[in-house]
Amino acid sequence: MKSFLTKRAYASLISLLFLVVAVFFLSRLTGDPTNLYLPVDASLEARENFRALHGLNDPLIVQFGRYLADLAMLDFGESIRRSRPALDVVLEAFEWTLILAAITMAIVTISAIVIGSLAAFRVGGLFDRTATFFSLIGASAPDFWIAIVAIVLFSVNLGWLPTSGTGTVWHWIMPIGVLFIRPFGLILQVVRGSMITALGSAYVKTARAKGVASRPIIFVHALRNAMLPVITVIGDQAAAILNGAVVVETIFGFPGVGKLMIDSILQRDFAVVLAAIMVTALAIFVMNLLIDLAYSVLDPRIRY
Amino acid sequence: MGDHLLEVQDLSVTFHTVRGPVHAVRDVSWHLDRGEVLAILGESGSGKSVSASAVMDLIDIPPGEISSGRILFEGRDLLTMSRDERRMINGKRIAMIFQDPLSHLNPVYSVGWQIEETMVIHGTSRSEARAETVRLLRKVGIPDPEGAAKKYPHQFSGGQRQRLMIAMALALRPDVLIADEPTTALDVTVQAQILALLEELQTETGMGLLIITHDLGVVAEMAHRVVVMNGGQIVETGSAAQVYHTPQHPYTQKLIAAAPGQGDMSLGVAEQEPLLRLTDVKKNYGDFAALKGISFDLLAGETLAVVGESGSGKSTMAKVLLRLEEASGGKAEYEGRDLFALSPAELFEMRRDIQMVFQDPTQSLNPGMSVYDLISEAWVIHREILSKDKWKARVAELLEQVGLQAEHMHRYPHQFSGGQRQRIAIARALALEPRIIVCDEAVSALDVSIQAQVIELLDSLRQELGLSYIFIAHDLPVVRDFADRVIVMQGGEIVEQGSVRQIFEAPRMRYTQELLAASLNPDPEVQAARRVKRLEMAQ
Repeated sequence: MKSFLTKRAYASLISLLFLVVAVFFLSRLTGDPTNLYLPVDASLEARENFRALHGLNDPLIVQFGRYLADLAMLDFGESIRRSRPALDVVLEAFEWTLILAAITMAIVTISAIVIGSLAAFRVGGLFDRTATFFSLIGASAPDFWIAIVAIVLFSVNLGWLPTSGTGTVWHWIMPIGVLFIRPFGLILQVVRGSMITALGSAYVKTARAKGVASRPIIFVHALRNAMLPVITVIGDQAAAILNGAVVVETIFGFPGVGKLMIDSILQRDFAVVLAAIMVTALAIFVMNLLIDLAYSVLDPRIRY
Repeated sequence: MGDHLLEVQDLSVTFHTVRGPVHAVRDVSWHLDRGEVLAILGESGSGKSVSASAVMDLIDIPPGEISSGRILFEGRDLLTMSRDERRMINGKRIAMIFQDPLSHLNPVYSVGWQIEETMVIHGTSRSEARAETVRLLRKVGIPDPEGAAKKYPHQFSGGQRQRLMIAMALALRPDVLIADEPTTALDVTVQAQILALLEELQTETGMGLLIITHDLGVVAEMAHRVVVMNGGQIVETGSAAQVYHTPQHPYTQKLIAAAPGQGDMSLGVAEQEPLLRLTDVKKNYGDFAALKGISFDLLAGETLAVVGESGSGKSTMAKVLLRLEEASGGKAEYEGRDLFALSPAELFEMRRDIQMVFQDPTQSLNPGMSVYDLISEAWVIHREILSKDKWKARVAELLEQVGLQAEHMHRYPHQFSGGQRQRIAIARALALEPRIIVCDEAVSALDVSIQAQVIELLDSLRQELGLSYIFIAHDLPVVRDFADRVIVMQGGEIVEQGSVRQIFEAPRMRYTQELLAASLNPDPEVQAARRVKRLEMAQ
């Protein structure tokens, strides 16, 4: 167990390092930051001063070395646009995204598991066919379209919900609702498939011969066995939201890390971009670790 | 009428499939009394398990349909009861154990929890159930019952798992226990122990025991009465001795005649230079020694049986011999060369000469390839054997040789029965014109009558083509009929080897004697005598 954690930590450290290299150099390929920050008619002197101030005159490799050294002390540099430590800016936005992801995935997980399990219990029944129909639509509907239609319907026409921001509970309904649809459809399909296998298994037959009632057969005997593939997909979908639900956050003006990344890329605020990538990468590493641990909690045959 | 403990009357069950209705059982009637052991005997597809499934409410409706009949338990018809009423009977009054206990135990819950559950759902308190579980585990012979209750199914051996199933089934002292092929995948000595445990518990509690089996030996060992099923119908009923000695129905007569272990034993082949000589062959997996130095000779035209229980190293020996795994030491001399020291090119040549037939033809034949592709693939790999224009004729010839027809070559494995698939697997092995065929439990998964046919085929091929077989098996009666010489393995070592007569008539080693005593004979009288012998040995 301990050696497993150490091994995983080292592996993640290596991939994080690759990520730093790739992101740092790729972002510099997009052009000279002075052209973006300063007006077109800025004097050469002003440009020189700006370069000197932010260390942009040094060779790229020196800039990178400096960046790495700062990183080691958890210093991600200053946001050029905001004049604040980049990490603070990112963590602030990440908190919003984390809450959004947690609430959405909690609702998705519970509803997909309950509905998927019940659908699997009577395959081909009315409930199963209805659930499958809607989950397939959900899994294939484009979120930007749903988001816009939802704004038109609930904000513009009906006037029930605010279009953007985070002030009240009402502000959260549409972002969560739109983010819910696709993972719900996908996870429901996986739960249903996995549960059909589990419910057809020999140990379920034993449970029936013991006189166990239908509900515990579904939710105690079969579900725990069916959860392994489901957890994998839950992790995958949660990662997608943590990575920044870029489209949804942008449309609803939600101050999450996805919107922050897009804004910072457009503004060439490299410090923030890099910090945002590092934080989300770390979050996804932690989440994958939790998923691996969940495996071993659910299935005693899996030991690390 | 009506005074039996459990009585099935005129039961018919139909399954509605896409290809139309399948009548799983038709007008089946049998009864079971308190203190009685009834066996339902039949081959696969005979419908022998269907009526038990109906008793336990395990038939999925749809696609299943109980089209007629009654199932009376203490005079009340189970089929007209509500789901909840039947649930109160399942597990408490009528319990069931199954073949393959590993897949029938829930892998993610501790065995203690699973045994407790039976009691808890029928009204026992959790703490009481916990104490009772420990008592039950001790009773069925699980060592360290307190610790065992916290373990999971995969941490037990096959025989222990069946003991766990029995503990779970007997938790509430049911009036009826249904055992569906309870010992089929188990080693002979473990089978004997499980059957003895069932018998002991049955005598002690006075419950009615229904055993569903394909094995005449199990019937001879356990049953008072027997019901013989074929094609969804009962063909014969009677006491175990009566059915064995004076079978009335042609099917029963055929079944009993096909039972292995009754023919003449081989006198062996003439003394000669060995075709294959293994010397001190070893195989280690890490610290574990799977083979601890095996030496034996195989003569041309000889069938050498390798018997032993699971974990004895008999399959490892086959893998090492075929170089599917590398030996850790020793020599295998074949035609003056050491098989273990061959270069890749020489090994490729040698592979032609030694072929293998596996236990499960369903898994060893690629379902996406036609029979023609499966057999001719050998010539795609070994081009020198046959030019392409002759492939079709040769496939047809091989199919006829193994008792199939030439037109079968365009079909796919799923279109054949288990016995036919094993014939295809044999034809595939023959395609390379081998001199030695290693049969790893090649007839174990087949029904008795099919088994006899495949053995007969192997025997005629041996005479026709001068083949030698290494016949790995756990089923001693089959070995007795088919082998010239026998090797008995235990824990990676050969404990005894000799001619089939010597091993079966005058075994020298205690382990061989135990194996023979544990093996079941279809004759109830022989079986009764063996039981006495077993008891003597135990003392």
